[in-house]
Amino acid sequence: MTYGPNPWQQTSWDARAAGNFMCGGAGAGLIVFAALSGANGPALSGLLLAGLALVGLGLFCVFLETGRPLRAINVLFNPRTSWMSREAFTAALLFAVGVATVIGWTQIPWLAVALALFFVYCQARMLRAAKGIPAWREPLIEPLIVATGLCEGGGLFLLAVPLHGAGTLWLLAVFGALLIVRVLAWLAYRRRLAGTTAPGAAAALDNAGRILLYAGTGVPLALVALIVAGAVSGSQVPLFAALAGLPATLAGSYLKFALVTRAGFNQGFALTHLPVRGQPR
Amino acid sequence: MTRWAMVADLRRCVGCQTCTAACRHANATPPGVQWRRVLDMEFGEYPNVQRAFVPVGCQHCDDPPCMDVCPTTATRKRDDGIVTIDYDLCIGCAYCAVACPYQARYKTQKALFAYGKATESEAKRHDDARLAVATKCTFCVERIDAGLEQGLRPGVDPEATPACVNACISGALTFGDLDDPQGNVAQLLDRTQHFRMHEELGTGPGFYYLWDKVS
Repeated sequence: MTYGPNPWQQTSWDARAAGNFMCGGAGAGLIVFAALSGANGPALSGLLLAGLALVGLGLFCVFLETGRPLRAINVLFNPRTSWMSREAFTAALLFAVGVATVIGWTQIPWLAVALALFFVYCQARMLRAAKGIPAWREPLIEPLIVATGLCEGGGLFLLAVPLHGAGTLWLLAVFGALLIVRVLAWLAYRRRLAGTTAPGAAAALDNAGRILLYAGTGVPLALVALIVAGAVSGSQVPLFAALAGLPATLAGSYLKFALVTRAGFNQGFALTHLPVRGQPR
Repeated sequence: MTRWAMVADLRRCVGCQTCTAACRHANATPPGVQWRRVLDMEFGEYPNVQRAFVPVGCQHCDDPPCMDVCPTTATRKRDDGIVTIDYDLCIGCAYCAVACPYQARYKTQKALFAYGKATESEAKRHDDARLAVATKCTFCVERIDAGLEQGLRPGVDPEATPACVNACISGALTFGDLDDPQGNVAQLLDRTQHFRMHEELGTGPGFYYLWDKVS
C-alpha cells in the first residue's frame, strides 16, 4: 500500500476519542459554572454530579476505544511526560473532590473548579502533543480547547437554568465574554493554520468554524444581550438562557468532533530533495 | 556510545518491495501491517516527471514523540537509540499513532491471516500479545541483541542485521552505528548529501535518506 506524499485523515482516533474531548470539556466547564453560580444545596450537587458524569462519560468513550481495556489502569503509569496520564490522574482527583463536595464533606467547590480547569487544560495539551497531526499540534489549540470547554459547560449550565434556577446576570455576562474569547481563539487558531494544513482538514475546520461563529456565538450572544439588557424578564429568562446555552454547547462540541474525526490529517511524507540519478536535470 | 541508524539511498532503491516482504516474513506481521514499506512517489507533470521510491517506517527518533505521549510507559527508547514497545503494558489507546509524524505505528484489533484461515506457518508464529496494541518496526532488535552476544557486528554481519537491510537487492538500505566514525553508516553519510524526514519537527530521526553525492 502506498500513499504518496499527500496527507490523509488519521484513522486511529474516531468518534469515541472525540467523545472524550466533547464530554470531558463540557463536564469540566459545567463544574466551573456551577461553582461560579453560587448555587448550593441540591442545585449545586446536581450540577456537580452532572459535570462529573460527563467527564466520566468522556473517559468511558476512551475506555471503549482502547484495544486492551482491561489494562486501563496502566494509563496512570507515565504522568512524567504524558498528558493522557495527567488527564487520568486529574479526573480521579476531580471525582474524589466532587463527590466529597456533593456529600457535604466540604462546602467549598473551588478545589473541584481548579481540578476541572486543569482537566480541560490536560485535554488541550493532549492534542498539542500529537505531533503527527498539524491541526492538533498548533500551539493555539490550547486556548481554543480550554475556551470551548468552558463555553460548552456554561451552555449546559444555562440550558439547565429552568431546572436549577441558579445564575445571575453577572454569570451571563461571563458566559458572553467567554463566547467572545472562544471565537477570537478560533479565529487566531485558524489563521495560524492557514496554508499549513491539508485542504480536507481546512474544509472540515471551516465548516465547523462557520457553525461556531454564527450558531455557537452570534445567536447565544444576542440572546444573552437581550437578557442582560432587560429586554426579557420574569419567566422568559430561563427560556432565553436555555436557548442561548444549547447552540453554544452544540457548536463547540461539533468543532471538537470535526477537529478529531474530520480535520485530523497527518502531513504525509515529504522529500526535501529528489534523488539525483543519471544525467543531471 | 552506540546509536543504531538506518540509511536509505534514494538513488538506488528500485521499489521492489523485497524489504517489505522480508520484514513481514521476519516479524510475522499480519496483512495490511508493513513495518517497512516503500512509497512510490511521482513528482512533476508530463514530460518532466520524476519518480522516487522511499522506504519508510519507524525512524527510531532521538526524541520520539510517541514515547512522550505514551501514558503507560510501554514505548521506551534504549540507550542505543532503538525505540521499543512493551506489548504487555500497552493499552492500545493509539495516542502514539497520532503522535508519530511518520505513520509508523499499527494497531490490529483481531487476528488476520493472508488467506482467511491461518496457514500452518501463520498459526505457529501468531502472537496474541500483539493484538489490539501498538506495533511498529523494531530494527529487528532481537537479531541485533543476539548477534552482539555472539560478537557479531550489526550492519556488517547479516545474522545481526535487520531483515530489510539483508534483503535489499540494490544495496539501498544500510544499517549501522552512527556514532562509529569508521562504521558503514558514518562513512556513507560523510560522502553523500542526505536529509531526514520532517526534520523541522525536532524529532531527530535515526533514518537518513541519501539523494546525491557530495558535490
